[in-house]
Amino acid sequence: MHFPENLQYTKDHEWIRFEGEFAYVGITDFAQKELGDIVYLDINTIGENLKAGEVFGTVEAVKTVSDLFLPVDGEIVEFNKDLDGSPDLVNKDPYNKGWIVKIKPASKESSHLISAAEYKSLVGA
Amino acid sequence: METTTLKPIPLHHVHLEMGAKMVPFAGFEMPVQYSGVNDEHLCVRNHAGIFDVSHMGEFFISGKDALALIQHITCNDASRLEPGKIQYSALMNEKGGIVDDLLVYCLAPEKYMLVVNAANIEKDKAHILHYAQGKEINFEDRSTELCLFAVQGPKATEILQKLTSVNLSEIPYYHFKVGDFCGVKDIILSNTGYTGAGGFELYIPNDASEKIWRAILEKGKPDGLKPVGLGARDTLRLEMGFCLYGNDITDDTTPLEAGLGWITKLQKGDFVGKKILEQQKSEGLKRKLCGFVMEERGIPRHDYDVADASGKIIGKVTSGTQSPLLQKGIGLAYLSAEFAVPDKEIFILIREKPHKAKVVKIPFIQK
Repeated sequence: MHFPENLQYTKDHEWIRFEGEFAYVGITDFAQKELGDIVYLDINTIGENLKAGEVFGTVEAVKTVSDLFLPVDGEIVEFNKDLDGSPDLVNKDPYNKGWIVKIKPASKESSHLISAAEYKSLVGA
Repeated sequence: METTTLKPIPLHHVHLEMGAKMVPFAGFEMPVQYSGVNDEHLCVRNHAGIFDVSHMGEFFISGKDALALIQHITCNDASRLEPGKIQYSALMNEKGGIVDDLLVYCLAPEKYMLVVNAANIEKDKAHILHYAQGKEINFEDRSTELCLFAVQGPKATEILQKLTSVNLSEIPYYHFKVGDFCGVKDIILSNTGYTGAGGFELYIPNDASEKIWRAILEKGKPDGLKPVGLGARDTLRLEMGFCLYGNDITDDTTPLEAGLGWITKLQKGDFVGKKILEQQKSEGLKRKLCGFVMEERGIPRHDYDVADASGKIIGKVTSGTQSPLLQKGIGLAYLSAEFAVPDKEIFILIREKPHKAKVVKIPFIQK
């Protein structure tokens, strides 16, 4: 399993990548493996301002469903439309083509964030 | 129901070797997936797959009163069986509810095999032995001695034929033969399954199971056969609208409510729970198990509420998934009788939000 160093992570298995005034959020390689075949991303918080740790959507796998938690405070700006037709991009390429939402973070800091090394030891990889 | 100590199945090590993800299921540690649920599902629909379902229970009932006992505790008419024939049936309680669904094999006159769900082995055994009191029968639970492999898919029969001298094409659906397989004598070769994809189920003594598993995988490889886990077993059975015990049928649902009227033979004579079933039949059913397809995007899951257009709760989802073949959410739900009509509009409450769905006839897919 792969956990890029340039990303930050949460204990709930999301990652976040800051890019200028925006940030991209997805789920980790570990999370997609645990969930199995992902068949639908249900995101109905576009335009909303949410706090770190709040649910911004749901990921549906064939066998199970799991909530998605926002890593930092911010506004949900955009959903990755490619996932509508190909939700399996989250399985195939969780850190790039499989990003889930673009957000406008209110802050780059959050008590929810952990480093790649910390996340790696958390999941025992 | 989970028990605290998980029982391994005999081929546990082989599944790990094949990359299976193992999960607790019905008290056993079972392979839930190998390459992925969707991939395994489509492999069974298009080619062939092999499932290790050795957690299932096998009871052997013989003796002068064996048929009378089975007739008394199940709702189908076991008197129609003859050696070589199999029947889908339900073990009944006094409330007309389903203790378990099962397959009844007639091995010989006065000799039967009942194949039951793993989670219900102890419950079923106690139930059967309770009604066996005073009857001349012999009961043997051989669940831990036998492995059960299901080989399913359009290529399944052709693959299996390479390993046996029994002519499989001469065994009709819901029939079986006992014969050699892979050099092992007395294997039950049963034209049954839980996928709607065709194929056979094989009952195998534990000590021959690894040899046979590996032989089927090797012979099946050129035709694309893969090992398949319980995850795809569930999506395959749901596309066919087959009931899963514990979800769609329970001690508190009757076969009539579950759409299993075709295995409920009220004219066969008295049996456990018959009075309640007759009453339901004459009064009309208040709720029925129905198939439905999502019209809006969303995936139904066990226990989600079902509402009408006004928001009134009219039922509950018992099984649901995204159909790998239809690429749509499908499910089974108990609905108030007035909604249990094909094309009726219903709403599944997914995370409290109503999502439009339509009642449909099962199976969801055509064979």
